[in-house]
Amino acid sequence: MIGNPSAEAFVMTVLLTLLAAITIAIARQRNMFGVVILTSIYSFLMASLMIVLDAVDVAMTEASVGAGISTVILLATLYLTGSMEYPQRRSVAIPLFVSVVVGGALVWGTIGLPSFGISNAPIHQHVAPTYIDFSKKHDMPPNIVTAVLADFRGFDTLGETTVVFTAGIGVLLLLQGGWRGGSSRRRDDAEGDDEI
Amino acid sequence: MRLDLILRVGAKLVLPFILLFALYVQFHGDYGPGGGFQAGVIAAGMVILYAIIFGVHAAKQIAPPAMVEMMVPLGVAIFAGTGVASLLLGDKFLDYTSFAHDFLHAHEWGILIVEIGVFVTVCGTMIAMFYAFVQRGRS
Repeated sequence: MIGNPSAEAFVMTVLLTLLAAITIAIARQRNMFGVVILTSIYSFLMASLMIVLDAVDVAMTEASVGAGISTVILLATLYLTGSMEYPQRRSVAIPLFVSVVVGGALVWGTIGLPSFGISNAPIHQHVAPTYIDFSKKHDMPPNIVTAVLADFRGFDTLGETTVVFTAGIGVLLLLQGGWRGGSSRRRDDAEGDDEI
Repeated sequence: MRLDLILRVGAKLVLPFILLFALYVQFHGDYGPGGGFQAGVIAAGMVILYAIIFGVHAAKQIAPPAMVEMMVPLGVAIFAGTGVASLLLGDKFLDYTSFAHDFLHAHEWGILIVEIGVFVTVCGTMIAMFYAFVQRGRS
């Protein structure tokens, strides 16, 4: 996306610093409304980061799901639950210890990874060359991401769609509290209020 | 009349373009970034913005809950049905080669149909979840 490598590194450093700052702010925030808004900002920064990394598909998903719809749904939840967190009574020592150990293990794990953006990393050697060669040979659509998702690995995407379907059905069954045509539906239609 | 005139006028200006952008992301997915999932979420976002500004009752006029709940399994059915159709045409599951005479055209059609399936399920799920959360507090 950005031509100059040092400018790209600078933008990424700024975005990652902001992400870290927002994470600390989320952890310290006791007002749930503030937490939801900070989470939304986190998603927007993450989407910006994905654009810098040239992953525009992921950036679109992050911006629309993470910053858009999940924020709206969390706000709707706050409307039901109230927005202040109860003060914490237990000690934070054990959670802090677990977080530091897990975080340290993850950072330690990154040492074994191939360096960032290198072209001969194992992920680029496995099936990706086959997809690219096949697409080029058969003159398939230029966006290989779409071809991989819907064609080469269509079965995976069918599975993902089924996951969305299952999750949606689960949420609907939990929240609507009954089968369709049940009492909740009729009550809702009768009310017809127009204010959230 | 409530005092949110600016919000209402602004939303009315923006809403058609959000839907247009969703359709662009859907049908231009072969060439640009995006696809069924992103387009479905953006289209659902349009309905949700409409519900926030003009009320859930108005949103249920353009996206009735019965239709939205029907969309959730319909998309999976379109996707899986494409696979079954390719089986019936003598290919492997989700191999679109027999859908047209030309290899490239057949795969473009296959991708298009499958992406529409993803769009329908994702859009329906997002709107249905939003409705479920919003109407929860009233009962």
